[in-house]
Order: sequence, then structure tokens, then C-alpha cells
Amino acid sequence: MFEKALKGNNYYWMWLAFLGFFIAVAAVCYLRQYFYGLGLTGMSRDVSWGLYISQFTFLVGVAAGGVMLVLPYYIHNFKAFGKITILGEFLAIASLLMCLMFIMADLGQPLRGLNVMLYPTPGSMLFWDMCVLWGYLILNALCGWVILTAERKQVHPPKWIYFFVYLSIPFAFSIHTVTAMLYCGLPGRHFWLSAIIAPRFLASAFAAGPALIVVMALILKKVANFDAGKEAINKMVTIIIYAALANMFFVGLEFFVGFYSNIPGHKHTLQYLFFGLEHHGHIYNNLVPFMWGFVVLFFVGIALISHPYTRKQSDLWLGLGCASIFIAFWLDKGIGFVLGGFVPTPIDEIVEYYPTFNELFITIGIWATGFFILTILYKIAIGVEHEIEA
Amino acid sequence: MDEKRRNFLKVAGISTLAGLGGTAVVDRLVAGSGIAHASGSAGHEVEAAKKSSGHGAAPDPSVNRYGMVIDIKKFQQDPSLGEKIVAACHSVHNVPQFPEKKDEIKWIWMTQFENAFPEKPNVYLDEATEKHQLPILCNHCDSPPCVRACPTKATFRNKDGIVMMDYHRCIGCRFCMAACPYGSRSFNWRDPAEFVKDANHIYPRRMRGVVEKCNFCDERVGAGKLPACVEACGESKALVFGNLNDPNSEIRKVLKENHTIQRNPSLGTLPSVFYIV
Repeated sequence: MFEKALKGNNYYWMWLAFLGFFIAVAAVCYLRQYFYGLGLTGMSRDVSWGLYISQFTFLVGVAAGGVMLVLPYYIHNFKAFGKITILGEFLAIASLLMCLMFIMADLGQPLRGLNVMLYPTPGSMLFWDMCVLWGYLILNALCGWVILTAERKQVHPPKWIYFFVYLSIPFAFSIHTVTAMLYCGLPGRHFWLSAIIAPRFLASAFAAGPALIVVMALILKKVANFDAGKEAINKMVTIIIYAALANMFFVGLEFFVGFYSNIPGHKHTLQYLFFGLEHHGHIYNNLVPFMWGFVVLFFVGIALISHPYTRKQSDLWLGLGCASIFIAFWLDKGIGFVLGGFVPTPIDEIVEYYPTFNELFITIGIWATGFFILTILYKIAIGVEHEIEA
Repeated sequence: MDEKRRNFLKVAGISTLAGLGGTAVVDRLVAGSGIAHASGSAGHEVEAAKKSSGHGAAPDPSVNRYGMVIDIKKFQQDPSLGEKIVAACHSVHNVPQFPEKKDEIKWIWMTQFENAFPEKPNVYLDEATEKHQLPILCNHCDSPPCVRACPTKATFRNKDGIVMMDYHRCIGCRFCMAACPYGSRSFNWRDPAEFVKDANHIYPRRMRGVVEKCNFCDERVGAGKLPACVEACGESKALVFGNLNDPNSEIRKVLKENHTIQRNPSLGTLPSVFYIV
């Protein structure tokens, strides 16, 4: 099936070359980081995780979001998703590969990465995160490939694959739950130490993941003559709306607990993120624009995809709405959540984090690699789709 | 072969296998319990000590648990003391001095009361506390969150209560830094070699990409010496180091005679460093 990725029009190759440029830049930047150390990033002993880990956290959600197609199709027999389930599975593969690259980019001693397997430590959430991420990656690759192959031969998929399809559903939930547990089990980090982190992660994932799939489906309709179908898109938009609202509800609850209880530890990070935090006469607020961007884009997005006019009249409005939701939740989880958690430090100091250019280029390059992989996977899936139709 | 006979043979075969396997399992269990019995009394004691290693429970004198008492008043009386202990520690352990704050590595350092004890805010702080600094370092918690978080056991709790680092196993994921509620851990953001002045060749230098922190001078304590910072205090008794589990130790005497506090004890980490305010 892979040969389908080798045939494409000029736009296809130009797009891959465009991504390839950023991948090449990132490769050079990574080599610089590899030989110098993580000192080339903006991280410090006070903000010890930066863009890499925050992107990782967000992308685990995007990967988990694919289950919002798999679950209705296989559990509820919602036939309209039949054609696009593969888009969800392939998006999960690309996202998980990005996650693993971000983890590797973040390790101080990347060559020792296998120590996590050589000295398995069940008490560490990072060990379990590795288990479920690899598990989910393998399950998606297996299910996606087997089902696509069967589709191509126009036969029913083998019965045994359904075991793995059903297994992938709890795995999807588990990857984001365990990722939340990386944060919410740490004493002394008040912003993260909240039982609502895992549900909030899942809610934002089930909005952001499908939102990206809708955007992709609309683009594929334009450029690859692939129609996901009105019913499927409509149902996905419904899922996005409810999941996005659930996420905002959970964010609101965090605000209530912090500000009504008036416990400083519960309030400080929220203050820092949304309003700026005063400390020894200086106001620290470098993440405030991102967080208000999150709030504004959420309202723009939810309005565009909820209002019948913009939702049904034009793909452009619908696409923009879904893109707004996706970017909004990226700002929330891919920027604010991880970086904000380090403010203030355990010894009540405030250190703000600014990524370096080297770090930014590596981050962009890993995203580009993810989209490169995604493009190839979607090309294969749609190639098979067109072959059947022909 | 008819169906019945076939089935009989199947069942017979399986039960034989199960029987053989079963005996093996039973044998092992018996053998295992034998070992447990042989080491019975000692094993139970260790277990009891483990369970009761909290400060509320009676400590077990047969197991060492190193701790430190820091007398803040002594540091107020002699402000030069702080510099001395930090310099002693950092030179013994080849802690690098970077020009940029972003790369900073520190094992023990002087800070304000409000930074060491952010959970004890006081608008009407007394003058001495407001003006002077006190040392903070790794608390060598009895229930260390960093050890729980580490995915490779590169940081671990020694039998003597010291929380240690294996610089050769650490993958540099910095999960322990996020987990430590006292901000005691540092990371080698770049190669520290050229930033170590007058290297001490008895203690290893670190490579870049690993986490490090105070080790309670495990290498010195093992050789029967006092930690470098305690030694640097001389006769002042500003720092007292010893075995918390030994009721006759000096540190226990100091703890008995003075009211002491720990940093953020509400997190349940059971720090081994105590402060006389």
C-alpha cells in the first residue's frame, strides 16, 4: 500500500518539501542541542520543563481524541463514521510519534532512554505513560493497517482484529489519564495537584482531536476529492461542542475552588496565567496574552460551530471554527498548563520561561515531522479509498 | 481411537501436567516460607521499622536514619557562617559556578525565611528573621516524592535514610525536579567541567544532562567523617548531624531540648532536616 504515498501531484510534493525544510532545520538545531546540552533551551532549575513537555502533553490529547471516531463506530455502530475512522487512527499514530520525539528531545541523556525499560519502576507514572503510549501506538498501527488492507481487498476485516479495536478504546482513555497523573500526583505543585486534571485533559482532548480531524477532512475534500460526508462531520461537530464545553466547565471549577477558598497556593498560578502575579513589586505576566487568546478563540470557535448559519452554510466557517477550538485548547494545554505549573516555585520565587530560537525550531520541526507522517498516512488511506471507488 | 477414549486421554494428560506443575508450585511456596521463617525475627523488625519510620512512631535504633538540625539563631549571630558552609559543600562536591543564573546548580544555599517556609507567612516578622538568611538543602525525606517519580530508580532512598543519585543511570527527564516540593534539585544544563574550580578528585564530577543535589555527604559519612557543611560550622553547633533513630545521639538530644520545625510538613514527606527558629 505504501506505493500510494509515492505518487502525487505537484502540490503534494511541494507540501512535503515545505515540511521537509522545517524538519531539516530542526535536525540541525537538535544536533546543536545534543552536543551542547539542554542549556540551549530556555529551561532552568526553576522551570525545568518547557515547550517540549508541554507539546507532548497536548499531543497525547490529540492522539486520544481519535477514539471519538472509533468508539461511536465500533461500539454504537454509527455507520457514518466508517469512512473516516481511519483518519482518527492515523492521526493518533502521527501524534504519538510526535509525543515520543518530544520526549526524546527533552531528555538530558537521550541515549539512556532505554533505562526506563531496563529498570522498570512501577511506582513512577512515567513508566506507565511509556507503557500506554507504546501500547496505543502499536494498537493503532495494527488496527489501521489491517482494516485498510481488508478494505482495499474489499473483504471483511479478520475477526481477531476486533479484539484489538475494542482494546484500543480503553487505551485511548488511559494514555491521557496517565499523562494527567504525571502532574496531578506531585505534592507541592498546587496548580497540578487537582483531581480534575485527568477529566479536564480528556475533555479538551475530545474537543481538540476531533476538531483537527474535521479541519483535515475539510482540507481533504478540497485538495484530494475525499468527502467525509455531511452526517459524519455534523456528528463530530456535536462531539466537539460538548467536549469543549465540558473543558471550560472544568476550568471554571478550578477558578471557583481557587478564588472562593482564597487559598494562595490554589490561586497563584491562575492569577499568573490570566492576570499576572505581583511579586516583590514586579508583575509577572508573560503568559497572560496566551491565556486570553485561549478564552477568546474558544468563544469564537464555539460560536462558529454552534450557530446553524456558520455551521451549515460554508465549509470555510466550519473549518475556521474547528481550527479556533484546536488552537484555543493548544494554548490552554500546550502552553499554559505545563509552564504555569512552575510558577511560583516551591521556594516562592517567580522565574519566567522564554523558549530560545533553537528550542522553537526543534519544536516546529517535530510538528512538521508529525504532519509529514500524517500526510503520507492520509495519502495512503485516500489512495485506497479512491481505488475502491474506481 | 473413539471420541471417549480420546477425551479421557486428554483429560488424563492435562491433569498429570497440572499435578506436576502444582507440586512444583507447592514445593516452591513451602521453600519460600522456610526462608521467611529462617529470617523471621530480623525480617519482622525491619518491616516494623519501615512501617513506623514516621516521626510519630518510635524509631528503631538498629537502623540508621541520618538527619540534621539547623539552628537559625546561630546563622543570625554569625552571618559569615552561611557563606562558609555553602563554599565548603560546593568545593567538596565539585559543584560548578556558572556565569548565567539559568544554568545554576546548587546543593545548599542561603535564603530568606519566607522562601524556605512559604507555608508560614507572617506579615509581622521579627527583625532578626527578616534581616538574616538561613540555609536550605535537600530534606532527605523519609517518604521522598522524587524517588516515587523517578522512572529508572536513578534516585533512591538509602537504608540510612539518605536520598541518593545515581548519575550514571539518570536519563535527565527531570521528573524528580517537578516532584520535589522543596526545589532542592538542579540539572546539568550544559557540561559543568570547565566551571569547576580546583576540582576535588575524591568526588566525581557530573556530566551534562543529569540531575544532582545534596547527598548529605554520604561519601564522608561512610568514612566516619561529618558532612562538609557541618564541619565548616566548627564548634558553633549551628548544624548538628546524626542518627535520628538513636535515642542517645546528639541530634536527638538537641531535638529534645529545642522546639524545631520542618519545611512544609503537611505534604507528608517527613523531612529529616529540622530548624530551630
